[in-house]
Amino acid sequence: MRRRALLALPPALLLLTAADEPMLVPDVSQREVEIQYSFTGADLLLFGAIVYPDGRRPSKPPDIMVVLKGPDQSITMREKQKVAGIWVNADSARFRSAPSFYAIASSRPVDKVVDERTAAIYEMGVDKLQLSPSSLNDSAELDRFQKGLIDLRERAGLYVERPGTVEITDGVLYRARLPLSARVIVGDYTAETFLVQDGRVVAAAVRDITVRKSGFERFMAVAAEQWPFAYGLVAMMLAVGMGWAAGAIARRV
Amino acid sequence: MDLYLPIANLSVNALVIIALGGVVGLLSGMFGVGGGFLTTPLLIFYGIPPTVAAASAASQVTGASVSGVVTHMSRGTVDFRMGGVLIAGGVVGAGLGVLIFRLLQAIGQIDTVIGILYVLMLGGIGSLMAKESIQALIALKTGRKIQARKRRHHPLVAAMPMRWRFYRSGLYISPLAPLLLGMATGILTMLLGVGGGFILVPAMLYLLGMTTQSVVGTSLFQILFVTMATTMMHAMTTHAVDLVLALLLLIGSVTGAQVGTRLSMTIRPEYLRILLAAIVLLVAARMALGLGFRPDEIYTVEIR
Repeated sequence: MRRRALLALPPALLLLTAADEPMLVPDVSQREVEIQYSFTGADLLLFGAIVYPDGRRPSKPPDIMVVLKGPDQSITMREKQKVAGIWVNADSARFRSAPSFYAIASSRPVDKVVDERTAAIYEMGVDKLQLSPSSLNDSAELDRFQKGLIDLRERAGLYVERPGTVEITDGVLYRARLPLSARVIVGDYTAETFLVQDGRVVAAAVRDITVRKSGFERFMAVAAEQWPFAYGLVAMMLAVGMGWAAGAIARRV
Repeated sequence: MDLYLPIANLSVNALVIIALGGVVGLLSGMFGVGGGFLTTPLLIFYGIPPTVAAASAASQVTGASVSGVVTHMSRGTVDFRMGGVLIAGGVVGAGLGVLIFRLLQAIGQIDTVIGILYVLMLGGIGSLMAKESIQALIALKTGRKIQARKRRHHPLVAAMPMRWRFYRSGLYISPLAPLLLGMATGILTMLLGVGGGFILVPAMLYLLGMTTQSVVGTSLFQILFVTMATTMMHAMTTHAVDLVLALLLLIGSVTGAQVGTRLSMTIRPEYLRILLAAIVLLVAARMALGLGFRPDEIYTVEIR
């Protein structure tokens, strides 16, 4: 909440308050992503400017990292093992806060920019996500499950790493593109930008992005939840009507 | 042509789904089975969440069976009394299916149980059908009549109390037998998203001993109403019926069903039976391999 309030302040005022530290003025190409019938994913452009105190640019070029994160989910992961000749779900683990979507772009590979500890604090990289396990598995097991989750979601396009794709122009303007998979869920997303100098995060800023269904898709999703009986009735009538119509047409042909 | 499915939350190629519905519809028109036993696994294979796949496949089976029921009704080959008893059992079974589904989901074994059920049922029924139809084919080729298997019901069915007359089926048996049969298929409909035709038809023939003429019409009649009930139960409990997905499947399957019905009139029933047996056995073998081979995905994520 405080971060959001800070963002709402006019830029001039912000400049006055943080005179000795550089500052980020980020933006995104779309504040709202609408899921419609033809939605096959979206490409988000995340860009902005680095504002240095007194306009002096540092001699060493800074690094920028952009993290796009979706709503957290509470999940249960199950692992198949071979029992008596067939593969069945044997082991499981629960995580309280697995992001439904996570994408990171950086100007250089993350491990070249920050150390392990900093990366873990700011959740920079899919292997640094803090999933808050809530089941009693030992750490080796949790590690295995976390790797399994990352692998699954990377292949579904839900966890994305794009090292070295943030372009910085003249050390002031930056831009990055991140793909939003067609499988994203609706909700509030955040785009965080970090300015890193000498392995230290010196500035951070957040923009909110809303992903929602619109028009027909929204109506369908709402109807299925709010009026299940009517929705079921429509599904039944649709099936019977179409089947009957096809039969009637075929008899004439 | 990409289209976003509002409930399944992903976009699919509309033409692929329509084609899939078409193939399944063709089979349902030819054999009088709903074809759900193909739709659900294929949809899951395509990447649709299993619950959405099962829920939407049920309404596709409804659509595919409507015109079959209309045709059979006009020919007088539907035993409404038998159908009514089967439907009553089917609705109760679907309700039980909801409970079983939830229980299995909670302990995380739903996939395995579905897989094993598929293998056992399809394998058993497929081999039974294959054996019968091969015998029939040999008889056809050699011209030697196999002594007609006496049409009679299973001793267990005969032992049940209270008897009703089912004129069009040519039966005088206890209504408990079709009621239990209906319940079993109802459970399967809910769990697997199948219409249950592939178990209903052989069971009516070999367990109840119904006349062949009214078997297909009556099983379609039962499938029509039980899949309608299942669609409603899914809409009310799992909220997983995707109307856009169902519509795409329906476009394909109602068209395919018409073509299938015409084809079935031009092919000898003996060949039809062995073809169906082969398809059923193939699906069973594929599912059995799926259980034994290392799966593509070791991990599954369940959102709570």
